[in-house]
Amino acid sequence: MPVTIPADSVGIVTPQTLRFSAPLALDCGRTLDSYELVYETYGELNQDHSNAILICHALSGDHHAAGYHSPQDKKPGWWDSCIGPGKPFDTRRFFVVSLNNLGGCRGSTGPVSVNPATGKPYGPDFPIITVRDWVRSQKRLGDALGVKQWAAVIGGSLGGMQSLQWAMDYPDGLRHALVIAAAPKLSAQNIAFNEVARQAIMSDPDFHAGHYYEHNVTPRRGLMLARMLGHITYLSDDAMRAKFGRELREGKLGFGFDVEFQVESYLRYQGQSFVERFDANTYLLMTKALDYFDPAADFDHDLAAALKNAQAGFLVLAFTSDWRFPPVRSREIARALLDNDHDVSYAEITSHEGHDAFLIPNPRYQALLRAYMERVAAEAGV
Amino acid sequence: MALRPDLEIISEWIAPQSRVLDLGCGDGALLSYLNATREVTGYGLELDQDKILKCVEARVNVIQSDLDAGLADFFDADSFDYVILSLTLQAVRYPERLLDEMLHVGSEGIVSFPNFGHWRNRLQIALGGHMPVSRNLPNDWYNTPNIHLCTLKDFENLCAKKGIVILQRTVVDQAHRTSLGMKLLPNLLSEIALYRFRNGRKSQEVSD
Repeated sequence: MPVTIPADSVGIVTPQTLRFSAPLALDCGRTLDSYELVYETYGELNQDHSNAILICHALSGDHHAAGYHSPQDKKPGWWDSCIGPGKPFDTRRFFVVSLNNLGGCRGSTGPVSVNPATGKPYGPDFPIITVRDWVRSQKRLGDALGVKQWAAVIGGSLGGMQSLQWAMDYPDGLRHALVIAAAPKLSAQNIAFNEVARQAIMSDPDFHAGHYYEHNVTPRRGLMLARMLGHITYLSDDAMRAKFGRELREGKLGFGFDVEFQVESYLRYQGQSFVERFDANTYLLMTKALDYFDPAADFDHDLAAALKNAQAGFLVLAFTSDWRFPPVRSREIARALLDNDHDVSYAEITSHEGHDAFLIPNPRYQALLRAYMERVAAEAGV
Repeated sequence: MALRPDLEIISEWIAPQSRVLDLGCGDGALLSYLNATREVTGYGLELDQDKILKCVEARVNVIQSDLDAGLADFFDADSFDYVILSLTLQAVRYPERLLDEMLHVGSEGIVSFPNFGHWRNRLQIALGGHMPVSRNLPNDWYNTPNIHLCTLKDFENLCAKKGIVILQRTVVDQAHRTSLGMKLLPNLLSEIALYRFRNGRKSQEVSD
């Protein structure tokens, strides 16, 4: 537990839930008649409602982006390094909203929720959700909170894809989009990794075609493998070498198949702890949302055409050692924005942390966010 | 804050409300100034991460990019009215290709560079027998970023060879003053040369 909550923390926060009864038509053709979204807010909405920023989470993230749920919490929210008083997303100036996306497993309606039609958890029958669906549901959340126009929509990785989609779907719904460590669509290699992760889950005997809740089991081994694989793609070769090298847990080879190298131990730990907090059906959904993301597809695969009507200012950031969504993928986004003469700045931040870098404090990264948010704040009048 | 004198000269060449690409834009001072005084829009290209941060702080649109990798990654043909390269031509790896690309993505190019033909440089080689070191070229040969130094004559010969039409030339000394002597013997007496030019082989269906 934190001995004391740091002064630049948003402190103790309590998630809130909003129920939406208007049906939500989804890209897959199905409709969610009603749904709930769990979210947290930090800071205060100002009088003219101009200072709201939306944080979009990535694959395994949730609404708990900053602060602590209780003084006993070991760790703060997942983007606590950036959200708080005096931090780049300064809660003294901005009203920060962070939600758990539809299909999630941390409180918003998803596979673990009870399907009102059957009285049982949705499980594998939960519809496949797309980034566009998320943005639609986020728009409704904003409306419900009295936010007609976000000062900025911000996200890394899959979250960055949401901010990009926002700028396309609701051009006047935001003034700025921060697109961090993202890509305009997945590569074949990206999809391949996702498919291996899905196969790991689906081939677990405890998966029961997604109906594992009814059997009171979870596909632990499969989900753990999926997370281990994912984790490798989040780190760079350099980061792994620096963190683990070839270090042995026992100091010598055991000539067996138990955990020997530190990196094995780390991956198993990451996998195991993930199983405790994440749902396998949600993991499958999230990887599909990633695979399906391709906003240019409706525009003859011309990303510039897809972004033509965007009105937001853009900050596009990439990290040098990110091989999951490397800088070249962010450059595609920047190029499409430049083709439209949109306001855009693009920077590649030197980092050895791989894709994970977008979550890790780094002076240059935070200075860039801070500088850009100054502009966002000035335009919001805060 | 006062604008760097060479940028001051360049800014006078830029028509109001035009679109500008500033290659090696540094802290974004020129774009910031042009935006404030002439409603000019555009982008800066910069490689140095500290300078990129300065641009973001100045609310200048900046794109991290290596000029040696060319401009084609980011820009289509005829995207800008002016493409500016100030005091950087001599430090790029492929100056000829960059000039081509400048005139591909823009209607007009503007460059400034230190004149290697200045008499002090000539004297250092001729009498001293060593590569010139001066206020404009402060580095030794083994650690200089300036790998493609040229004289006014060299630059103008290249333009002639490539069919580049020089529209305007200003030559100044280190303090960015000009003089009668510099006008008479520019290649000998000027320290910094500034040129505005366009591609003579490209049809001029627009403006002029």
